[in-house]
Amino acid sequence: MIRLEKLSRKFHVGNQVVHALDEVDLEINPNDYVSIMGVSGSGKSTLLNILGLLDTPTSGDYILSGINTSKMDDDEMAGIRSTKIGFIFQSFHLIPRLTAFENIEMPMILSGINPNERSMKVNSALEKVGLTDRSDHKPEQLSGGQRQRVAIARSIVMEPDVLLADEPTGNLDTTSGNEVVKLIEELNLAGLTLIVVTHDREMGERSNRLIELRDGKIINDQRKS
Amino acid sequence: MRLSDILFLAYTTLIRYPLRTIMLLIATSIGVMAVILLTAVGEGARDYITGEFRNLGTNLLIVIPGRNETSGGGGPIDLAGLSPRPLTIEDAQSLSQIDNIRRIAPVVIGEAPAQYDGLERSASIIGTTPEFLSIRQWEMESGSFLPGASMRYSPPVCAIGKEIKSELFGDAVAVGEWIRIGDRRCRVAGVIAEEGRAIGIDVQKTVVIPVALGTALFNRDSLFRIIVDVRTTSRMDQTKQSILSIIKRRHQGKEDITVIKQDTVLQSFDNIFNVLTMALGSIASISLLVAGILIMNVMLVAVSQRQAEIGLLKAIGAKNKQINNLFVVEAIMLSGSGAIMGLILGHSITQVLKVAFPDFNFLPPMWASYVSLIVALISGIIFGLLPARRAAKLDPVEALSGNK
Ligand SMILES: Nc1ncnc2c1ncn2[C@@H]1O[C@H](COP(=O)(O)OP(=O)(O)O)[C@@H](O)[C@H]1O
Ligand SMILES: [Mg+2]
Repeated sequence: MIRLEKLSRKFHVGNQVVHALDEVDLEINPNDYVSIMGVSGSGKSTLLNILGLLDTPTSGDYILSGINTSKMDDDEMAGIRSTKIGFIFQSFHLIPRLTAFENIEMPMILSGINPNERSMKVNSALEKVGLTDRSDHKPEQLSGGQRQRVAIARSIVMEPDVLLADEPTGNLDTTSGNEVVKLIEELNLAGLTLIVVTHDREMGERSNRLIELRDGKIINDQRKS
Repeated sequence: MRLSDILFLAYTTLIRYPLRTIMLLIATSIGVMAVILLTAVGEGARDYITGEFRNLGTNLLIVIPGRNETSGGGGPIDLAGLSPRPLTIEDAQSLSQIDNIRRIAPVVIGEAPAQYDGLERSASIIGTTPEFLSIRQWEMESGSFLPGASMRYSPPVCAIGKEIKSELFGDAVAVGEWIRIGDRRCRVAGVIAEEGRAIGIDVQKTVVIPVALGTALFNRDSLFRIIVDVRTTSRMDQTKQSILSIIKRRHQGKEDITVIKQDTVLQSFDNIFNVLTMALGSIASISLLVAGILIMNVMLVAVSQRQAEIGLLKAIGAKNKQINNLFVVEAIMLSGSGAIMGLILGHSITQVLKVAFPDFNFLPPMWASYVSLIVALISGIIFGLLPARRAAKLDPVEALSGNK
């Protein structure tokens, strides 16, 4: 479903070139549960951003569901992000002036879905993340764990194929972190492909496949049997 | 994305940053208010001036000697009465054959010393007929105006203005006394109550004498003008043509007079004041531009403040165009609601001014409201466009890591 071929991403900093990703080859199957680990600066976020079509490689190919994404323009990539990909971030990225309900509604607002359908889907997403009673709360009125659950609800309302999570528990205490992990693992069990960046080894070992990066290269790729 | 959703999202940003919103609303509303108020003053001044003329009635035609080359156009009019062929009292008399003419007042004007009992002062002299009184809608303070008689011959009688009366007679009775005007003598029939001006002359310093006496006094053939009072204003143009053709026949087929409507004079003033009002409006519009630039700056700040949000929107599938639209609509909402606030303020203040200065009619013209609203909206769009473009072009990864 996801295939990377000799994919590189370089950054120019001053007159130096940083190889954030260096000729990475990678294939990820549908409904897999993959953790990406590595020290800070090893290229985890860069990889995730490219998988999520937020960033484009300097060279190499990214084939998503059989389509080579290198030929896509901004709007096409936005379309894929809207329908096929869900994102969760370490810092939640909720819009502070909108309620939980409205934040979850946002991807559907952007794709022009009518309010009735939106409302139905938001409510079922709220139910899945266990926040039905917080629907009218602004982010500032929610705890970190609750905020991340709102973000998860937002990432799944469009029923994507892949969920990309960049250190989703990085800003959370252990208890709410565990809740969040359980939640996204449930989503994976229900059919979603899950790719999680983490530096928490315990969490990494819960996945079916653990990929380790260093200096933009995959140095370890192990599957649970 | 649905329009209602775009509007809702833009609205949430406006209430989220109330201080910023209020500041921009004030800036825009001051601009719009300035347009309304300044044009109200300009329009009020126009109304005031033309109102003075309108008092004279729109049913007057003025015949002046000399051909005005651009007549009909409302261009410069030769009011000096310089003409090779004189416009005579007989010409004036001949106009009485036109049905639609109710009153005819031929006019000669000049200056002459007025004397009584050893006192002398210079006076403006108007030579005319009794009809002049009703055409001008003057009142008499005492006595009567000129006696009804033929234009050609009239007894030596005069009506004097209030200042002439008080300077020559003091508190004594003037009516019935004989005064000397230049080398003629005439009896005072009455004192005119009017204090304003007529044909540019201060009525209080005027002595009105029969027209024939006037031409004799100044030893002049030509009239200064003939003022004609028309019965049916809807037939004004026909009457004008009749006058032209009658005088032309009398002047050996030469069309050497000009007939102007009181309206035409009014129209020139109207035009001058319209230009003035528009100039005032345009100057005020500059403050709208300033408000627009302010909106642009604030929107640019908003774009950098909301980088993370823009990145997030892109991550969840927003197209560049949609980000652009969100920011443009936000700018339009700011300038639009500022403009509406300015309209309300401007019109309310005008109402207050009307009460405070009842003599002066503050009239904000309709176009000022439309134009200022449209200018405000357009400046919202134009000045919103640059920040919106900037937002739309942000790189999603960089934006997401930007300040929250
Ligand atoms: N926008 C950028 N400009 C320059 N260098 C960057 C940029 N983004 C990432 N890098 C560099 O690329 C490397 C990988 O970064 P990243 O993917 O964020 O690492 P990780 O998420 O594993 O900590 C780092 O050396 C980082 O400094
Ligand atoms: Mg990272």
